[in-house]
Amino acid sequence: MSTPTLPIEIRSAADRNPTPDAIVFEEVELAFDSKTVLNGISFRLAHGETKAIFGVAGSGKSTILKLALGLLKPDSGRITVLGEEITTMTEDQLFELRRRVGIVFQESALFDSLTVRENVAYRLIEEGKLPEEEIEKRVREALSFVELEHTMDLYPSELSGGMRRRVAIARTIITEPEVLLYDSPTGGLDPVTSNTIIELIVKQRDVYKTSSLLVTHRLQDAFTMGTHYFDRGENKMKPLPPDARSAVPMGFLILRDGRIIFDGDLKSLRETTDEYIREYIS
Amino acid sequence: MELLSPTEYAKEKVKSVQDYTLLAARSVANLFKRPLYIADMIQQADLIGFGSLPIVLAACFFTGAALALNSASTLDRFGAMTVIGQLVSVGIVRELGPVLAGLVVAGRNASGMASELGSMVVTEQIDAMRALGTDPLKKLVTPRVVSTVVMLFFLTILGDLLGLIGGAFVVSTVLRLDTHQYWNSAWQTLEYSDVFTGLTKPVVFGFIIATIGCYYGLDTKGGTQGVGRATTEAVVAAMILIIAVDVFITRVLMLTLGTS
Repeated sequence: MSTPTLPIEIRSAADRNPTPDAIVFEEVELAFDSKTVLNGISFRLAHGETKAIFGVAGSGKSTILKLALGLLKPDSGRITVLGEEITTMTEDQLFELRRRVGIVFQESALFDSLTVRENVAYRLIEEGKLPEEEIEKRVREALSFVELEHTMDLYPSELSGGMRRRVAIARTIITEPEVLLYDSPTGGLDPVTSNTIIELIVKQRDVYKTSSLLVTHRLQDAFTMGTHYFDRGENKMKPLPPDARSAVPMGFLILRDGRIIFDGDLKSLRETTDEYIREYIS
Repeated sequence: MELLSPTEYAKEKVKSVQDYTLLAARSVANLFKRPLYIADMIQQADLIGFGSLPIVLAACFFTGAALALNSASTLDRFGAMTVIGQLVSVGIVRELGPVLAGLVVAGRNASGMASELGSMVVTEQIDAMRALGTDPLKKLVTPRVVSTVVMLFFLTILGDLLGLIGGAFVVSTVLRLDTHQYWNSAWQTLEYSDVFTGLTKPVVFGFIIATIGCYYGLDTKGGTQGVGRATTEAVVAAMILIIAVDVFITRVLMLTLGTS
């Protein structure tokens, strides 16, 4: 069987980014009170790559995303995002960088006093650089990406859990960030809705070549991402033949007791002999 | 509940004071940075000012009336019923008007701010705001501080007026005295220092209410239970601070204005 053609790159990740990696963690340590959460975390996320982070509850998965966005500061170690070391940046400097990095929070974190339109347009309105018509156009585009154009005038409380996650994705991608961080985007959702969300993430990965970190408890979601690609012609996610799976830029990272115990691709994950990991993925 | 050593407890308290001081300082410093969020200030002014208007007016009216009733029995013993206007006027304008308005607004708005911001913290909306490039202190705290200071100032003026009207109501309906004389003595006795003292206090109290409400809200930990705790603590802290700071301001202004 011939290898399917992966989606046409709108912009090459390498063209956009002179640095080799989107995110680099080097010996990052963090403790809350006296409890160590991360203990010497080091990994690299290449441009255009998506890395799924696994681990039991409380293993520090979401903390890694917050550190990558500068919402938390590590006790020691270095974090570099899009070529800039963020560990020494002030909050004002981080605001600039955060325009290039988006995050989808675990519970969506939509502003409940604003409509879907206002939530999605939030950053553009705050920046005040674009005319109203352009903002409206961009909001429609972002909502059409997640197929929720009809919800523009609704409030978050009027949406289902899955719809809220999709609005959160639209709010994040409206500024076309170079890196996306997903914090359990399918947590608590039914399998059908989860699949819709995963399809959107795969679309973002394969169509826009966005680098992503994905925290998830659902192994099947990450495996789906490693075994599928987004077909732009048919506008849907399709399975890859086994011999073409290495073509998708998908990595896996497993945390245990504040340390990384696995960092590799789908093939090496399946071939691992580590008993803990085998039990975890079985 | 985990028991803390005295040192840890002291460290925690010192850190809280430090965090509060930083928040209060930044809420003022943000006034000199763009954007200013004027629309948010107007919206908060409506919620804080007009929302609190009926209860502030009612509290001041009834307090003015009670003050007149209580004063009357004492003044009658000395045959000095004619000075009841002076007593009510000075009492309301210098002390009771600002403190009552402050306490009522603290009860209503410090709790509202703490619960609103606390809910935003536990649902990660504050983190989302930071992630979307907005400084929550500039967007949420500064407009609340400005609105509370401005609106409490005007609420106090209206509260003072209603307090005097409450006194007049008792003078005319219960004590059967000449209301013209009441108003005349109430007006004549007021000095510049009384008005200045009475209108300086709401500015300080408004700042305390908003910064305490926002501080406890943004410091919320532990989910919905944490929001409830933050709300209660914000109201208690704001009320105690208002009463304690009132003594301090009164003394400082007495010395400054030479009225001691």
